[in-house]
Amino acid sequence: MQITEELVSYVAQLSRLRMSPEETAEMQKQMSEIVSYMDKLNELDTDGVEPLSHIFNITNVLRDDTVAPSYAREDILKNAPEHTEETFVVPKTVE
Amino acid sequence: MEWEIVMGLEVHVELATKTKIFCSCTTEFGGAPNTHCCPVCTGMPGTLPVLNRQVVEYAVRAGLALNCDINQYNKFDRKNYFYPDLPKAYQISQLYLPFAHDGKVQLHTKSGRDVTIGIHEIHMEEDAGKLVHSLFGDTTYPDYNRCGVPLIEIVSEPDFRETEEVIAYLTKLKSTFEYLGISDCKMEEGSMRADVNLSVRPKGSTEFGTRTEMKNINSLKAIERAIAFESKRQIELIESGGRVVQETRRWDENKEKTFAMRSKENAQDYRYFPEPDIPPLYITDEELAHYRAICPEFAEAKAARFVSDLGLAQEDAEIIAGSKYLARLFEETNAIANDPAEVRYWMMTQVLYFMNERGVQAEDIKLAPEKFAQFIGIVKAGRINRQVGKQVFESMFFGDDSFDVEAYIKEHDLEIVDDKSLIEETIAAVIAENPKAVEQYKSGQTKICGFFVGQTMKRLKGKADPAAVNAVLAEALKKL
Repeated sequence: MQITEELVSYVAQLSRLRMSPEETAEMQKQMSEIVSYMDKLNELDTDGVEPLSHIFNITNVLRDDTVAPSYAREDILKNAPEHTEETFVVPKTVE
Repeated sequence: MEWEIVMGLEVHVELATKTKIFCSCTTEFGGAPNTHCCPVCTGMPGTLPVLNRQVVEYAVRAGLALNCDINQYNKFDRKNYFYPDLPKAYQISQLYLPFAHDGKVQLHTKSGRDVTIGIHEIHMEEDAGKLVHSLFGDTTYPDYNRCGVPLIEIVSEPDFRETEEVIAYLTKLKSTFEYLGISDCKMEEGSMRADVNLSVRPKGSTEFGTRTEMKNINSLKAIERAIAFESKRQIELIESGGRVVQETRRWDENKEKTFAMRSKENAQDYRYFPEPDIPPLYITDEELAHYRAICPEFAEAKAARFVSDLGLAQEDAEIIAGSKYLARLFEETNAIANDPAEVRYWMMTQVLYFMNERGVQAEDIKLAPEKFAQFIGIVKAGRINRQVGKQVFESMFFGDDSFDVEAYIKEHDLEIVDDKSLIEETIAAVIAENPKAVEQYKSGQTKICGFFVGQTMKRLKGKADPAAVNAVLAEALKKL
């Protein structure tokens, strides 16, 4: 798979990352290396091998449906760059 | 040209667990903004979500009730998107191996048709927060109380052709989930939400047209209007030489129109990948057998039993059995009163009237079956007539726990007048005071009898048995 400059910019935009032309070029190089390593892995015959969905061989890590106290609102809000006494504040998301 | 509408539904249902899907915060509706939150549901770095076992049970039981095949081995995936309703910047959902697929739902529509709707799949996921937009400023205020409330999303096949099928489907989902006790399915409060995918094609065609997806529809009435509007919009667009663009459209209830949402929001690339924080889920044979065993009796079976065992008409049986709460009131009252026809009468006339005309929701009905049965006993004993009964029933229905039927009847002096001589006296007075009406009667206008009955009932404050009044009146008129 060809990693183009456009693709790097597109992924950056989806991830809300702003990158300089130098950084984009660097990313293009690094991502190309990663993807070519995938090509190497693809040389393996994986017919009949179930895809791995989790790195540990465990299932069903569950908790009971019992309410625990939530956090104090001021603690939940205090890391936000901007907030009122009740809510977070973000740029308006509708026209 | 004749057009056919093709629709598929995506229905989100909030599960009635006590806690959120991945943390122990309460799911209670309402609450001051951001007070049902913790580091997990607000997406703080370094936190670890842990799946709620009750969510799995409710979800699987929903899947079984909709005749789905259950993927006993299923897993979660990350759906990435940046929107402030989701503080993690991704939603934990199920894409590659959802827990249920290939189900079907049998519908009986209002016009009496039997239709089968296929279920493509059902997956578990977390709900997003609520965004409050400032009216004048350029800010939005996120409230994350709802963030992480468990949802199942039921994706149907594009099998709907008529609005009444959509209504019957949503009504059936609500009824089924009520009986299972896994959701209250209140569209107005957002615990059941439907997105409608809609396209049109020339009747007879087998190819699908380009579809639009309508979001933000929060009542059955709004769905009817939204479908009517959007299908007309698409047909007119095509007939005037245009073409439908695949897009998400927002239904605006006040303007009764759909609007294209910003194209940026339409450009979706969710970059799904397996969720590393949640290990896969395995549902055992024993669990499935147990869920099947505790499956309740659903609306159709109940309605059929009401018809065969209790002698109800099919239509009445379907309405009562359609709601777990109505069915329970009916069955528990009848268990004491042992008179299904009489219980049916008061439910279909009074209770349904309060629901249709005054917006009473079945789940909010407080009337105790014991009280209802006591009332029926009083009516059957002839101690109050039906007209007075309506007044008593209404006060009882909207009254609180302390409402006492006997005390109410006594206090308002509503007991029937069965004193024949009093009825005779009253009729004699009515006849004496209305010579004109008597003339009309004598000249053959027998319709005037109604007038005499009305006047007599009025003087007796509506408390006499109309049959007794009619009988005494007939005697009195004969003597004229």
